Amino acid sequence: MNIEEILNTMDYGTAPEDTSPALKWLDAREWTIKPFINGEFVDHDAPVYFDTINPATGERLAQIQTATESDVDNAVKAARKAQGPWAKLTGHERAKYLYAIARLIQKHSRLFAVLESLDNGKPIRESRDIDVPLVARHFYHHAGWAQLMERELPGMEPVGVVGQVIPWNFPLLMLAWKIAPALAMGNTVVLKPAELTSITANLFAQICQEAGLPKGVVNLVTGDGSIGAALTEHDGIDKVAFTGSTEVGRLIRARTAGSGKKLTLELGGKSPFIVFDDADLDSAVEGIVDAIWFNQGQVCCAGSRLLVQEPIAQKFIDKLRLRIKNLRVGDPLDKSTDIGAIIDGNQLNTIKSLVQRGLDEGAELIQPDGDLPSEGYFYPPTLLANVDTASHVAQEEIFGPVLVSMTFRTPSEAVQLANNTRYGLAASVWTENINLAMDIAPKVKAGVVWVNCTNHLDAAAGFGGMRESGFGREGGREGLFEYVKPTFLKGLKPIVTSAASTPNDDIITSDVDRTAKLYIGGKQSRPDSGYARAIYNPKGKLIGHVGEGNRKDIRNAVEAATAAKSWANSTGHLRAQILYYIGENLSTRADEFADRLQQVSGSSAKAAANEVSSAISRWFTYAAWADKYDGNVHSVPIRGVALAMKEANGVMGLVCPDEAPLLAFTSMVAPAIAMGNSVVTVPSTQNPLSVTDLYQVFETSDLPSGVVNIVTGDRYSLAKTLAEHAGVDAIWYHGDKPGSKMVEEASAHNIKRTWCNDGMAIDWFDENQGASDEFLRQATQVKNVWVPYGE
Amino acid sequence: MTYQSTVHLLEEDSATLKRNEGMPLDLDWVEAVQANKSAIERRAASFPARRSIKKNFQAAWLIKSVECMDLTTLSGDDTANRVRRLCAKAKQPIRADIIEALGLENRNITTGAVCVYHEMIETAVHALEGTNIPVAAVSTGFPAGLTPHILKLKEIEMSVAAGAKEIDIVISRRHVLEGNWQALYKEMQEFRQACGDAHVKAILATGELGTLRNVARASLICMMAGADFIKTSTGKESVNATLPVSLTMVRAIRDYGARTGFAVGYKPAGGISKAKDSLTYLTLMKEELGRNWLEPELFRFGASSLLGDIERQLEHHITGRYSAANRHPIG
Repeated sequence: MNIEEILNTMDYGTAPEDTSPALKWLDAREWTIKPFINGEFVDHDAPVYFDTINPATGERLAQIQTATESDVDNAVKAARKAQGPWAKLTGHERAKYLYAIARLIQKHSRLFAVLESLDNGKPIRESRDIDVPLVARHFYHHAGWAQLMERELPGMEPVGVVGQVIPWNFPLLMLAWKIAPALAMGNTVVLKPAELTSITANLFAQICQEAGLPKGVVNLVTGDGSIGAALTEHDGIDKVAFTGSTEVGRLIRARTAGSGKKLTLELGGKSPFIVFDDADLDSAVEGIVDAIWFNQGQVCCAGSRLLVQEPIAQKFIDKLRLRIKNLRVGDPLDKSTDIGAIIDGNQLNTIKSLVQRGLDEGAELIQPDGDLPSEGYFYPPTLLANVDTASHVAQEEIFGPVLVSMTFRTPSEAVQLANNTRYGLAASVWTENINLAMDIAPKVKAGVVWVNCTNHLDAAAGFGGMRESGFGREGGREGLFEYVKPTFLKGLKPIVTSAASTPNDDIITSDVDRTAKLYIGGKQSRPDSGYARAIYNPKGKLIGHVGEGNRKDIRNAVEAATAAKSWANSTGHLRAQILYYIGENLSTRADEFADRLQQVSGSSAKAAANEVSSAISRWFTYAAWADKYDGNVHSVPIRGVALAMKEANGVMGLVCPDEAPLLAFTSMVAPAIAMGNSVVTVPSTQNPLSVTDLYQVFETSDLPSGVVNIVTGDRYSLAKTLAEHAGVDAIWYHGDKPGSKMVEEASAHNIKRTWCNDGMAIDWFDENQGASDEFLRQATQVKNVWVPYGE
Repeated sequence: MTYQSTVHLLEEDSATLKRNEGMPLDLDWVEAVQANKSAIERRAASFPARRSIKKNFQAAWLIKSVECMDLTTLSGDDTANRVRRLCAKAKQPIRADIIEALGLENRNITTGAVCVYHEMIETAVHALEGTNIPVAAVSTGFPAGLTPHILKLKEIEMSVAAGAKEIDIVISRRHVLEGNWQALYKEMQEFRQACGDAHVKAILATGELGTLRNVARASLICMMAGADFIKTSTGKESVNATLPVSLTMVRAIRDYGARTGFAVGYKPAGGISKAKDSLTYLTLMKEELGRNWLEPELFRFGASSLLGDIERQLEHHITGRYSAANRHPIG
């Protein structure tokens, strides 16, 4: 077009980014990406390759040499060898390496960005302005945490060797999110990049060499899901960190069950984008652009469900209809492209078929006119309007540039719709009313809530999900705890399961028969089974009966706990008062409880008295914490705040050990309810009577009904029912190792947050163990609420 | 209605667009206006990052910037000769050899208007005789707008009589700051009436309105009262045209158009001195309002030093060498 013609059309023309430096870089590597193990790129004698495609053209970009299982083995060994020395470095020494990596990323920023866009298909604007700067930021920020670790995380040490598996949607950024905190905390890593996008990981490896990072600290194994499985299931690793689909996350949870590996999962989402009638609608429209038409909608936290208040629904959809026309779909390397290529043909077909299903179910299709590029994998920005909650596309993650919309009438209906999903990753709330915004934010089940903004990400603020979006946080102080463990763990010994005593004919009788029932919804109720379980002391004397709880009792208890959820909204002060009161009431009956402990466990009078007084003290400890376990305000680079709020998990299952029956029960229940959870507890199978005696203490301590529910019976089967229950948000298990495995396995189906002792016995009497900070951390989850401000 | 009428405004042939006739004051609408500063800033910052205009396209867009420029002198030391020189530049804003190299000899490129104080109108009209370049006059006690209302109306009438085709009025900022929307509406209506056939641009002095919400409200009211253009600043406030303010005003134009079917023009003024900035502003107009707002009928820059930078960039486009200011005639 000549200038005269352009003056008529006023088109933008093209502004292609020069790809030759990136292609030259690939050429110098003979268009081959190799595993990186122990500081070296691996060369196999009989290498097996697969192609990596440029999704914008469908053409081969490079070939990937797939790692073998023995590569995985070597990588884990290298990481193991490197871990001790790496952890022994001072925080400052590690900080210097991370700082060097951050600087090198900035130095090579354009090369990273161009390679990323070539490999992934994302617009160069995003890789250049968002991905790569966030990567550098992540390493800078965590260089700081390395420097401060000793001071800020006392009593903590590295987890060890971490196996990490990352997705293709933000190849380099997800690598940074995984590697930076792991290294900062003194771990070494073996990371598997996504098979579709391994190139920038290779450049990162080069940078590790340039930074002089000790060999084996970072290892990369390339390949498909089988290599990922080989890595996550490898015996030599201490932790798995996975970002990807909920489906694979579930598999990893099940397969790592009982391995003792620490686990974080960052999975899928169907995040709500809520627009109230007093929002700045034009800004909310741009929020939608950032939410679902960012990275082709291939974003786990994409705001993919638009919930719009009825009075403005039509107007807002009209505005979106208009806005969608201006989005430019095309060459990712063109600087004026808004929407680049879908990662591959499979994903494109998935998107197409899901949209078709949405249309079949009655949605209205809104897409811009115009042709898509003839080559490569492209899909236009799409709005499916007037979708029903029952519609498949309203529930399933599409992972493409497809927004579904529905309307709501009131704030409470907005919350109801927002939470009507199996996921809980992110949410965006648009209103100019701060009362409304701050009311909604805590009510939405999501690890991240953006108020009047969306998809803000930063190293200083934790990111991660609830429900089937996974558990664990990446970024911020809260993210560090995924890569450390308490130092006392290494000194623990396996639990000794005392053999069940052999019943004899002796009976310890009391004056009047006391029958321990179950404690559900604030009432003592008979077990559904109609059976009682005989309880014997260690010498085999019958000392009483407890109810034989079963599946239905667990179901009833979970329902009662669910009904008691308003406990989470009560003030910390109120919860403190009640916990103190429990301690007080226990104290007035201390002798009775000590007698019982002697009777059930045959312990000495002194030991029994000590357990009771420790239990009273523990109630006081968590009464004290109830109004003091504060959140943080993170320093994120916006004019505004990111509020890291510590929220209760919701309904928790607590499975208590046999040892220290009263104190262990207290040590688990007290922190859980102090933080606002309602709990379903399964006490020790052998020694439940100290716990059933507590019913009367609870009843006289103003504890609202349903906050603590207790089901006695066979611990293993009750724990299994709890772990499988979709209405239970988190479960703690203290018992033998097979029990830990069972709980972790059974919890996989709804990606329940678990905390198991892996068969190790902690000393409940030692405050550092039995009342460690870990109890509070496990009783809460951090929600980051981003609130930009300014008028 | 909303969607269709917006599409009409944004996409139909500009020849069918009607001059703004105004509408009754709708206070409910004004009060309901929202403007979220952080979100607006985020969007505003995205324009230069989301769109890149290179090579011939950049040259064409820079020419467009020139054609949409109100070449301006508003100084206490303006003289007739100074204004004549400016008018000469308006008639031939770009060196002839550059125009030739761009292949635009037949286009008769001029600036959109020349903008002066009332006292300089006659000089400018005379100097621009035989061209289609309108003379715009700042008015109504520019820049503070604190002369008696009756004199403001008189000033407009005199300027129109002197040959000004466009009148850039300043609003009484106090009406906004006091929330006296009725007064603002009435003031603007009377200004419009006094202008007659001359087009009226309402200068909001956004740097003095305190909040983007006020900017949005004042924009709506001036449009309801019949403004042909809304304009950011006098160039004399400490903060003049910015992208967030522009986005706020342009969104108000879009909403007003959707409601009434009238296309109102936009003029950012003050502080736009780089060629690259002018591309960003044009991008903002195209993205938010569409192709029709890339013509002088609906878009103007108020600028004095922008032209020089554009000329240098155009010379660079042709020669591949960076130019210097002394190689281009000053205006």
